[in-house]
Amino acid sequence: MSAPTTTTGISDEVRELANQEYQYGFTTDLETEVAPRGLSEDIIRLISSKKNEPDWLLDWRLKAYRHWITLTPPTWQHVTYGPVDYQDIIYYADPRPKKQVSSMDEVDPELRAMFDKLGISLGEQERLSGVAVDAIVDSVSVATTFTKKLAEVGVIFCSFSEAVQNHPDLVRRYLGSVVPHNDNFFACLNSAVFTDGSFCYIPKGVRCPMELSTYFRINAADTGQFERTLIIAEEGAYVSYLEGCTAPVRDKNQLHAAVVELVALDDAQIKYSTVQNWYPGDADGNGGVYNFVTKRGMASGRNSKISWTQVETGSAITWKYPGVVLKGDNSVGEFYSVALTARRQQADTGSKMVHIGKNTTSTIISKAISAGHGENTYRGLVDIRHSAVGARNFTQCDSLLIGKDSGAHTLPYIDVKNQTGQVEHEASTSKIGEEQLLYCRQRGIDEEEAVSMIVNGFCREVFKMLPMEFAVEAQKLLTVSLEGSVG
Amino acid sequence: MLKITELHASIENTEILRGVNLELKAGEVHAIMGPNGSGKSTLASVLIGRDGYDVSGSVQYEGQDLLALSPEERAAAGVFLAFQHPVEIPGVGNMYFMRTALNSLRRARGLEELDAVDFLSLAQESMKLVEMDQTFMSRSVNEGFSGGEKKRNEILQMAILEPKLAILDETDSGLDIDALRVVASGVNALRSEGRAMLVITHHQRLLDYIVPDYVHVMAAGQIVHSGGKDLALELEANGYAGLTPRSESTAQVGATV
Repeated sequence: MSAPTTTTGISDEVRELANQEYQYGFTTDLETEVAPRGLSEDIIRLISSKKNEPDWLLDWRLKAYRHWITLTPPTWQHVTYGPVDYQDIIYYADPRPKKQVSSMDEVDPELRAMFDKLGISLGEQERLSGVAVDAIVDSVSVATTFTKKLAEVGVIFCSFSEAVQNHPDLVRRYLGSVVPHNDNFFACLNSAVFTDGSFCYIPKGVRCPMELSTYFRINAADTGQFERTLIIAEEGAYVSYLEGCTAPVRDKNQLHAAVVELVALDDAQIKYSTVQNWYPGDADGNGGVYNFVTKRGMASGRNSKISWTQVETGSAITWKYPGVVLKGDNSVGEFYSVALTARRQQADTGSKMVHIGKNTTSTIISKAISAGHGENTYRGLVDIRHSAVGARNFTQCDSLLIGKDSGAHTLPYIDVKNQTGQVEHEASTSKIGEEQLLYCRQRGIDEEEAVSMIVNGFCREVFKMLPMEFAVEAQKLLTVSLEGSVG
Repeated sequence: MLKITELHASIENTEILRGVNLELKAGEVHAIMGPNGSGKSTLASVLIGRDGYDVSGSVQYEGQDLLALSPEERAAAGVFLAFQHPVEIPGVGNMYFMRTALNSLRRARGLEELDAVDFLSLAQESMKLVEMDQTFMSRSVNEGFSGGEKKRNEILQMAILEPKLAILDETDSGLDIDALRVVASGVNALRSEGRAMLVITHHQRLLDYIVPDYVHVMAAGQIVHSGGKDLALELEANGYAGLTPRSESTAQVGATV
């Protein structure tokens, strides 16, 4: 060490130098600006300043960070994985060229090629399907389409960063209102370091004229993904939001800790659909994404409704429990899930329904498929509070096992504190039937197609909740994910 | 078309088929009768390639070694079984299932696949045959079907898939007289020069409706009697009780009447 240090700490000069290093620490490699590895208050300040954020947001991030460093990762979930080195993660990577993108033609051709490979070419989406796409590559939105058309009806659909700049009051009012900065280990980490995400605001009485869709993509190697999504439906508003995720093959595990917050006011309805097929790791369990996500909706208004539909076929480890806090009287929460684990994938997923308001109802339909050495755990909480007079829940958990090495577990937690509450729970576990397979094969359908058909049939209750194009994609994904898991 | 020679099959060291000999020619309808446990359904299972049996002997089908083929290859070669207990497949639409089956067979035979519209018009003809309406097609495969509906659904598939060799395993079991009539007339309409049928039944009743060319009696894993359609009537009068296994050579002679 050539720099002089004192016993009381680091000199101002060194501090300045260090800060400078952070400022210039970015490498412009393949037009990706990358922060140094590791997490500290300085990194958070850097993210915040990079994004030109107001002070209150930086303070909120720091508050989350200071809480996070007191926490330890949860260990109660039924999954096993090696420790994550949080100091070995890059918390900020910006793939955006310096030049501002104003149309699709200006989008980096390599980036477009990547989307093309995934079959989700933005241009095509734009032209054919009328779906507005807010594409997130690594941590920064590169293109937001249809904003104009949405703006005509007053719908705001933009990247989280843009929302912070253009609608700071809305962001400030609702950020952390459903998932607080200190909610859980991963949500807390996200609150400290989130880099971008989507923001959506549907004003009073507006039915969003199109499905809103975001494709997530993990791009640069060793880049943790910390998206933050916030959707607000004002009184009587309606929105259907689609989230699709794909990731390329990676050798090293990648951490993904997103937070999604939904707020539905009186008579508002939010439908949130996810198809997730991140890299699941190879047959021996190497690589793959760690998907540790906190998703929660606040049905705060009377007669409001929040529906989660998810098809999870990817990731090495999935840890997520999309839930609804049913605060408004007569509010409705729904959770429809298909979770497939093949190879050595592990999933611990389910839902949380917290009934607070009167006559609130919730439905949980969970379909778990385990193949290969896959392990699938349904974990769900139905919590009926004192105030929730006349609350009702129906839960159905079905598990399908393929092969002899897979596992399925169901762990329902039910807490009823109001005598008028009604909770129903149904669970089934079945092995894919030899008789069903033989029946299909006798009709000429080969074994792999037969398995895919039987599995898709098993999931139909959930698929029919998905928008058409997503349902088709989900079926294909299941088929692809099951390849090689029979015979 | 089908020549079964000295077919043995056992499951978990219990021998169920003990040297079956049988020959079917195109256009013929053969009935196999026999008491419970005589091996009738096992014969059907072995012919379609169900797992779990130790099989020896030979089965020549259209000049191929049938036993060497996978179940789906046998289907592609034109072997069809109307199951005794058709299984339910929740969530899989009946029409989708049948179209997938037909297209699998067509693909295996180098034919073009049918789209949903073409398939539906083809299926509609066959549906009339077994008096099924459109609602059957939109339901899940056999899910919540009554016994009679399941059996009609099997015959419908047979009509759509147009097999060369159709095996009907206890298709009459659990049917009331009206359903039996519908199923039988469907089967009769599908009798043709190029198609052989093997009708396995416990009761003579079915053979009043589906009149076979030959009747074989199975007992203790062998064919012990073979004759014309009148044999069924004799059995009706005298029962299986008096029957004892014949020598193999006699059975072979009987089988090729």
